[in-house]
Amino acid sequence: MASIKLRAVVALCGLALACAAQAQQKEPPAPRKAAAPVKKAAGAPKDAVTAEFEKFREVMEDASPAELFEAKGEELWKTRRGPKNASLEQCDLGLGPGVLKGAYVRLPRYFADAGQMMDVERRIVHCMVTLQGFKVEDLAKQPFSNESRTPDPVSLVTYVAGQSRGMKIAIPQKHAKEREAYNVGREIFNFRAGAWDFSCASCHGEDGKRIRTQELPNLTSKKDAIRAFQGWPGYRMTGGVMHTLQWRMNDCFRQQRFPEPGYVSETIADLLTYMGVNANGQVYKGPGIKR
Amino acid sequence: MADPMRIRAVIKDGAVNVKILMSHAMETGQRKDEAGKPIPAHYIQHVSATWQGKVVLSANWGTAISRNPFLEFSFKGGQKGEKIQVTWTDNKGDKRTDEATIN
Repeated sequence: MASIKLRAVVALCGLALACAAQAQQKEPPAPRKAAAPVKKAAGAPKDAVTAEFEKFREVMEDASPAELFEAKGEELWKTRRGPKNASLEQCDLGLGPGVLKGAYVRLPRYFADAGQMMDVERRIVHCMVTLQGFKVEDLAKQPFSNESRTPDPVSLVTYVAGQSRGMKIAIPQKHAKEREAYNVGREIFNFRAGAWDFSCASCHGEDGKRIRTQELPNLTSKKDAIRAFQGWPGYRMTGGVMHTLQWRMNDCFRQQRFPEPGYVSETIADLLTYMGVNANGQVYKGPGIKR
Repeated sequence: MADPMRIRAVIKDGAVNVKILMSHAMETGQRKDEAGKPIPAHYIQHVSATWQGKVVLSANWGTAISRNPFLEFSFKGGQKGEKIQVTWTDNKGDKRTDEATIN
């Protein structure tokens, strides 16, 4: 008798656990009335914090602080610098030396001269090394922005990105290496590892996920894929610093408790190829604002 | 040398709408660096905008203003093609003036 009772309890527990797990994983967060007293912006139901930030973003969109970094990047692009005292105006971003219009929305791509897949930051760093004589080791010393310093590649990426404002994303998949990068990128995206057995897909592979109050895009879906592209490079209101996708990838790896990827590594180029190609055909609105 | 401002001035509803982005650290003097030493205060103290030699905006600022400040204001009377000048001065005596054409 006791054993039957025990079994029933176990069965019940099992059921309750399954429900809780299902509720946690499957259900998109329902619009919580109590938590959302704010008038909602048009479109999908959003929580109060997101709605407020969207309002703020709307106001700031046509006067984004990212423009300050675009201006800085333009100056850096055109100034003779480095040990070779050269400008970057001969840098080929995939459409020919010095062609900036539309280059950003066609990256990452395969570069025969380097024999590598390169995302925008990797390519710009490559140009800084080959044309201007800078050293990767020096640039990698402080690759990401902080309150006191914005590294040059960050401003340069922002400038180049601004030159593709309003253009359609068209990342090439013609070259065999480019298709390979897409596949490797997808593998990396879904690769579970680290102390928490996490993958990119743990947070970005399903609709309705969130970290604290931040809604997370499902980067495997057609409608959300643009969110891996739009808004980057982005000016982060927290701290007032400019960040590129290179930083975003690095920080996602850190949050997953992965080893940090090397600066402008092939891993990141492949990952960005996978996420970028998923957003092909959508319009890029230029450097943006992040919380 | 301070980086340039971005200024936009457009006629909107019968007034000139001016939007300014300034590039400035706006250090409060409250923060500390990695070594634990206080980072000296460095912030814009005064902002002014002039149109046709007339001051249309004059503001005293403090450390409560964010890094890379954004300022928007409107004034009446401006016409297309006229210029407006914006100047800021910070607590270290650094100064920057930029100009924009109303359109």
